Amino acid sequence: MAEKISLALVAVVVGVLGAMAVYWVLNKLVELLPTKWEQRFKPFAFLLPALGAITMFLIYPAFTTVYASLFNDDSSVFVGLKNYQRLFTNDVFLSSLLNNVLWIVFVPALCVIFGLLVAVLADRLSPTKEKVAKSIIFLPMAISMVGASTIWKLVYEFKPAASPQIGLLNQLLVTFGGQPQTWLQFEDFSFNTFLLMIVYIWTSVGYSMVLLSAAIKGVPVDTIEAGRIDGATERKIFFQIIVPQAWPTVIVVFITVLIGVMKVFDIVYAMTNGNFNTDVIGNAFYNAMFTDLDRGKASAIVVVLMVAIIPVLVYQVRQFREQEANR
Amino acid sequence: MSTTATAVKAKAAKAARGSTTAAGVGAKGTWIAETVVVMLCFLWLVPTFGLLVTSFRPGDDANSTGWWNFFANPLSFTMENYSAVLTSGDSQMGKAFINSLAVAVPATIIPILIAAFAAYAFTFMEFPGRDVIFIVVVGLLVVPNQVALVPLSVLFQNWGIQGQFVTVWLAHTGFGMPLAVYILRNYMATLPKSVIESATIDGASHFQTFWRLIIPMSVPALASFAIFQFLWVWNDLLVALIFLGQGDNMVMTISLAGMLGSRGNNWQLLTSGAFLSMLLPLVVFFSLQRFFIRGMTAGAVKG
Repeated sequence: MAEKISLALVAVVVGVLGAMAVYWVLNKLVELLPTKWEQRFKPFAFLLPALGAITMFLIYPAFTTVYASLFNDDSSVFVGLKNYQRLFTNDVFLSSLLNNVLWIVFVPALCVIFGLLVAVLADRLSPTKEKVAKSIIFLPMAISMVGASTIWKLVYEFKPAASPQIGLLNQLLVTFGGQPQTWLQFEDFSFNTFLLMIVYIWTSVGYSMVLLSAAIKGVPVDTIEAGRIDGATERKIFFQIIVPQAWPTVIVVFITVLIGVMKVFDIVYAMTNGNFNTDVIGNAFYNAMFTDLDRGKASAIVVVLMVAIIPVLVYQVRQFREQEANR
Repeated sequence: MSTTATAVKAKAAKAARGSTTAAGVGAKGTWIAETVVVMLCFLWLVPTFGLLVTSFRPGDDANSTGWWNFFANPLSFTMENYSAVLTSGDSQMGKAFINSLAVAVPATIIPILIAAFAAYAFTFMEFPGRDVIFIVVVGLLVVPNQVALVPLSVLFQNWGIQGQFVTVWLAHTGFGMPLAVYILRNYMATLPKSVIESATIDGASHFQTFWRLIIPMSVPALASFAIFQFLWVWNDLLVALIFLGQGDNMVMTISLAGMLGSRGNNWQLLTSGAFLSMLLPLVVFFSLQRFFIRGMTAGAVKG
């Protein structure tokens, strides 16, 4: 234990001092050059480590993943598009794609709606109450998805009807005269997938609320006042004055949650491991890699995920350029 | 828009709205808002509260009756679950706690330093291709980590470092870099250019300007990114699972996920293990909440 603590400390010191030394050396090297060249190269001396890390650990692996998706399980034989063909004729994978679509359709929208609801309602409370309420809603953000899964697995826990229930959901059901259910195995209408979504929403509404709350408070008072003078109802003021002005933030929240949801893994892995028809792409990837030990299949799954994310990426870049143009 | 200006404006907006509420539309409206908020807060807290209560109940009780029964017999309170889960069995949360620290602290500090230099170059230096490179960084914000996991695990295996802490430090440095550069650059772009210009006139090099001026001025953004990255790394399961696995260097999330899979019927251990894994993030979160929120809103609420 002491060994590990000292290892971590050494890593921090060596890492930080090492990085500083790298920059110092790079800087000195560039300063040795003639002034004209120094000017030209200095930005790259500052950029090199960051771009190096991004290239080495993100861009280069992305390309090799595409490449590996055209090979067999241990990357030794070229198989063309066979991995993709196998994926798209496999019912299990197709149903995990479908589940991902469900996640995408429901979770980002619900996070925005709940976030907006809390932001608007809390805005009407006294400052102290508002702060406490927001902290409570925000709290799950600090909890890991695995921790959140543990918390909710206890809520969904099942015991046979003859014994007392220890899960809150079944206890409520029994209290009102129902039969306890094995909730996480309840596949009809993808009900169990929705139960997993609740866990994700529970952790993410805080984020949505904080951003939307700031946006709502940033709406200029005179526009609201003008609406009041013109005799608009509170509801009209909300939907026609406040929401349109907070709309860019709504989009930001939506996109951020969307990206997170597309690659959701932890909750599914920890609560059902994709059983009972709850699988998603993120978990299918993990199982392809570590259960099937099939690098080709795992890579192909990631490529599918990447292709699905391209529209979001295009939107993100376009949005950014617009923002910069307005700066 | 500066932070203070936003705050002042927000206060003004609130005061104005508050006054109209008091004037007429409704004490009734406030009452309804309060009730709904209280209900939501209750809903949000109860699951976590149930976990916390269960973690202090003896094993037999925890697995045979609901946690709400605890209040009928509060004397059954025990700390045994914690000592059990910390030291014994295959979970060994105590060891995992140290491992999580050994992973998260370097994986937080190293990327920040690297990103700060890059953000400085993007903000205050002119060079060909600057905008294009930055747009690539913005695009990479949305690229999922999964794209890198297969090749990196092969690479680390070839290097012979699979399973060691350094693999996750490197991976998180790469994965966190786009967001770090993006946040810090956006913050630095709001700093007054005149300060930097006068420093240059006084003969300060970029290196000196960076250390003496920009870093001290960027503390709020640095702090908020540090909190982000720390929580992200501490709570991460996927990256740790792939590069560290369940061996000697297993972190808390892996340990907890393993218990969820294998010990589904030991709720007293599961709950205390889960609470231990949340303890540090919650402390960090509550003590530094202000920085965290400021960082989040500064990045996104631009309009």
